[in-house]
Amino acid sequence: MNFPFGRLEWSDLKPVHLFTHEFSIDNLVGSGAAWMVVIGALAVAVLLTVMGRWGWLWREWLTSVDHKKIGIMYMVLGFVMFARGVAEGMAMRAHQTTALNGGVLSEEHWAELFSTHGTIMIFFVAMPFITGFMNYLIPLQIGARDMAFPVLNQISLGLTATGAALCMISLVVGKFQIGGWTAYPPFTGSTFDPGPGPDYWIWAIALSGFGSMFSGLNFSVTIYKMRAPGMTYMRMPVFVWTALCTSILLVFALPPLTVAAFMQALDRTLGFHFFTNDLGGNMMNYANLFWMFGHPEVYILVLPAYGIFSELTSTFAAKRLYGYTSLVLATMSISVISFCVWLHHFFTMGNSATINVAFGIATGIIAIPTGVKVYVWMATLWRGRIRMTTPMIYMTGFFMLFVIGGLSGMILANPAINWQVHNTQFIVAHFHNVLLPGLLFGVFAGIHIWFPKAFGFRLHETAGQVTAILWIVGFSLTFLPLYFVGLMGYPRRSSGFEDPALLPYMYLTLFGALLIGCALLGLIATLWISIRQRDKLAVPLGDPWDGRTLEWATPAPPPPWNFAVIPHIAERDAFAREKVDGKPFVQPPDYKDIHLPRNTSAGMIMFIATTAFGFGVTWWMWWLVILSVLVVVGWFFVTSFIEHDEVTIPAAEVRRHHNAWIEAISLATPVTRDHETDSRNRGLADTDMVVAS
Amino acid sequence: MTPDTRSRLARRSAAAGLCLMTILVAGPLAADPSGFLHPLGPIAEIQRTELVWATVAVMVAILPVLLGTPFIMWRYRRTNTKATYRPQWHFDTWLEVGMWGLPIVIVAFLGIWLAQATFRIDPYRTIDAKMAEELNIELAGPQVDMDVVGLDWKWLFLYPDQGVASMGEMVMPVGHPVAMRLTTDTVMQAFLVPRIGGQIYAMPRMATRLNLIADREGRTEAINTQYTGLGMSGQRAEVRAVSPGAYRSWISRAQEGPVLDDETYAIIAQSGSVADAREALGLDGTTPILFRLEATDIFDRVIDRYQNPEGVARDAQPGSPTYNLSSGVLPEADQ
Repeated sequence: MNFPFGRLEWSDLKPVHLFTHEFSIDNLVGSGAAWMVVIGALAVAVLLTVMGRWGWLWREWLTSVDHKKIGIMYMVLGFVMFARGVAEGMAMRAHQTTALNGGVLSEEHWAELFSTHGTIMIFFVAMPFITGFMNYLIPLQIGARDMAFPVLNQISLGLTATGAALCMISLVVGKFQIGGWTAYPPFTGSTFDPGPGPDYWIWAIALSGFGSMFSGLNFSVTIYKMRAPGMTYMRMPVFVWTALCTSILLVFALPPLTVAAFMQALDRTLGFHFFTNDLGGNMMNYANLFWMFGHPEVYILVLPAYGIFSELTSTFAAKRLYGYTSLVLATMSISVISFCVWLHHFFTMGNSATINVAFGIATGIIAIPTGVKVYVWMATLWRGRIRMTTPMIYMTGFFMLFVIGGLSGMILANPAINWQVHNTQFIVAHFHNVLLPGLLFGVFAGIHIWFPKAFGFRLHETAGQVTAILWIVGFSLTFLPLYFVGLMGYPRRSSGFEDPALLPYMYLTLFGALLIGCALLGLIATLWISIRQRDKLAVPLGDPWDGRTLEWATPAPPPPWNFAVIPHIAERDAFAREKVDGKPFVQPPDYKDIHLPRNTSAGMIMFIATTAFGFGVTWWMWWLVILSVLVVVGWFFVTSFIEHDEVTIPAAEVRRHHNAWIEAISLATPVTRDHETDSRNRGLADTDMVVAS
Repeated sequence: MTPDTRSRLARRSAAAGLCLMTILVAGPLAADPSGFLHPLGPIAEIQRTELVWATVAVMVAILPVLLGTPFIMWRYRRTNTKATYRPQWHFDTWLEVGMWGLPIVIVAFLGIWLAQATFRIDPYRTIDAKMAEELNIELAGPQVDMDVVGLDWKWLFLYPDQGVASMGEMVMPVGHPVAMRLTTDTVMQAFLVPRIGGQIYAMPRMATRLNLIADREGRTEAINTQYTGLGMSGQRAEVRAVSPGAYRSWISRAQEGPVLDDETYAIIAQSGSVADAREALGLDGTTPILFRLEATDIFDRVIDRYQNPEGVARDAQPGSPTYNLSSGVLPEADQ
């Protein structure tokens, strides 16, 4: 073992491969990606230096404990990783289309791609997206000033970023594991893969797993304890309900994964035998632990998106949500039942028929509340005044496609059929079918809705609509054909095929993947166009969509303290009711000083130390491991002696800020929904709902 | 975008979507037979039937959504001021009963069906006269016992009673139940014969079971669907369901093949394709390899390998990058 580099060697540096290895498309893609990471990081660094923005980045963002900024940082992290994930997906589709006679990529590179794609999309795209939304929206929707534990919130972000960073580093230094996102041992054990691939995976998952669990704790305590006076549970916005359920799931579902990852680490690094072939190791335990996390995880991801869809149907149909109680019941039952179905991920493991039947039926049962939700949303749209703008286009795509995912889910719930389609492309089609329309469409619709709240200007409507349609068509062409490929017996993760009958499907999915690439560019273009036209799109008054929940009763963007005075809640959708009654935005009689937590570098310290830890264990740089542990432990020790101080916003400042907003409102003309997407919309709504109530 | 162009766009994309769906669905049904939609036996046939009925049943629940969504979106568009608008409507008892009741009824049906099917074609269930009656088939002869060992990256089929083994192909007599025990001598794999039945995991140190029967002649493949490394996509063996006569002549052909002794086994256990194994054994040709078996306990000894209380060294584990032939010889049988 050579100090200080452990088992790291020059040949592990991927960018060098472009010059040292024979030229091939495979090498170009692999080494080129490494170069892109390096150049991208350098470009950001240079840009920050030239613009003199390092101090701004540190003070305003990286050390901020404001839940809104942390939420936005989660979204940015998610988007950076999303760009990589989509690029990987397109590379995989390109490979599989040419795979009848080999394919453009090497076997190993292909395997790395499907493993990183899955890991990144689940853990470092979907999770940051939903955590970002929950961070941004929970306090605003329950009328709180911040999370219950603002510093812990920042540490959660730091740990999530650690996992993402390890994935990015693996692109440049060494390689990622090749056993899929589930990383089933013994294939990922040290006997069959000495590393460093699986080590990167293990530490990315274990460390970010802590972050997600902390987020769950933080969000649930916030919702339990920090609701505005009068906001009983049954008056909470539906998004908050879904966030609560997701938080509970995070707290209970993440530990099995983290434990499983640690057990793998013990096997690999210290020679334990939890999951090895010999000495009583048993990989079936891993499968159970992994899916005990894995199935609730699906609902962790999709429930907040359901929350977004609920808010969106009622807002963009200008109508009260139908069946609130049913929706809440359905959400709660989903989160409970989601812990009772994990075995359906391995009906093929040789379980007795009775066990398979029990879990098959449980899986069917979870479809009941999910079905109820879809009907509830339809009933909400029924007899509404629907505005077919970007969010509603995503919603339509979600409706039409998600039920197909539900259909394939019910097919998979039947063990007798599952024995045929398990591990085939049918599964690939199914989970993309539920996660893209279910989660991503919700996230994109949500971004369209809440972006103006966060940044003070709307996203360009036409660009948004084109992008939404590209997503819907792109998804359909890419993934629906895979159902049929699966029925024809093509295994998932298989790098090649021998049946020419599959070719038309492969071309179709490649075309779809290109559309998805365009859709990604569409997102970037939408953002670009909107920033260029931000003055025309500005909605400083804060309510561009005739919203119903509390966050719309604040300026856009909201001040760091969210609410000048904590509102009192008398009923569900309080803001919508005030608007119907014609007296929103009342000025409080008096203002008080507001205390907010001060910035801290805790999250960044944790981020750097835990990334160093993960990198150190992966490469056997034990000095780095010891050092980083000392930093983490030392930080906790030292800060426990430091009294946490707060920033005080004087009442006068709050009054000035609030009055300026109220005055701007009094001078503005409310716009009807006819002008929702043109420049007359400055964020003061003339509500549709007065018409008929 | 004006509402007019938008609706035209919507109509066109709906038409395009419909055409596409037709093409997609027609594909697997019309294509060269592969997959369980073209069954060679009653088990895959039941699986296909279940697929059809599950689809139909769920359609009852999702058709209202697929048809209702475009209707609602169009009918209640904001510009249609003639449509009723009820912004405060938020509850209806009968609607609630319907929206909970419909999925419950459908799931109840599906639950009953899936339980029946799962018990009926449980991979562990021996195909005896009673099961044959349930499946509505005639048993043409006695059960064929087979052992399957998953290697990196090929299946080894052992026919202990016939004293033969094969790699790269599996032959089964039509009408005879085939009872398999499965394990692997490397990482976990998953065994599937799409047109006949499956699938079941094969895991080191453990034996799983799979019972299959073909009731007509034909060919399909035995594939490994679990990712096991770089050669995984090539881990497919041709499976032929043949007449009992053809099966017997295949057996006698196999009995003339090279002997599968411990040394040979250690060689074929190395990572690689069937072709690689052929080359390592110094055999000519490109066809599957047929072996004569002298010892019939290879399967049990593969499982025993991992029971060693002292553990198994890395270089003695096939599939490990450090595997070598001298350490990798199977342990002697426990007596």
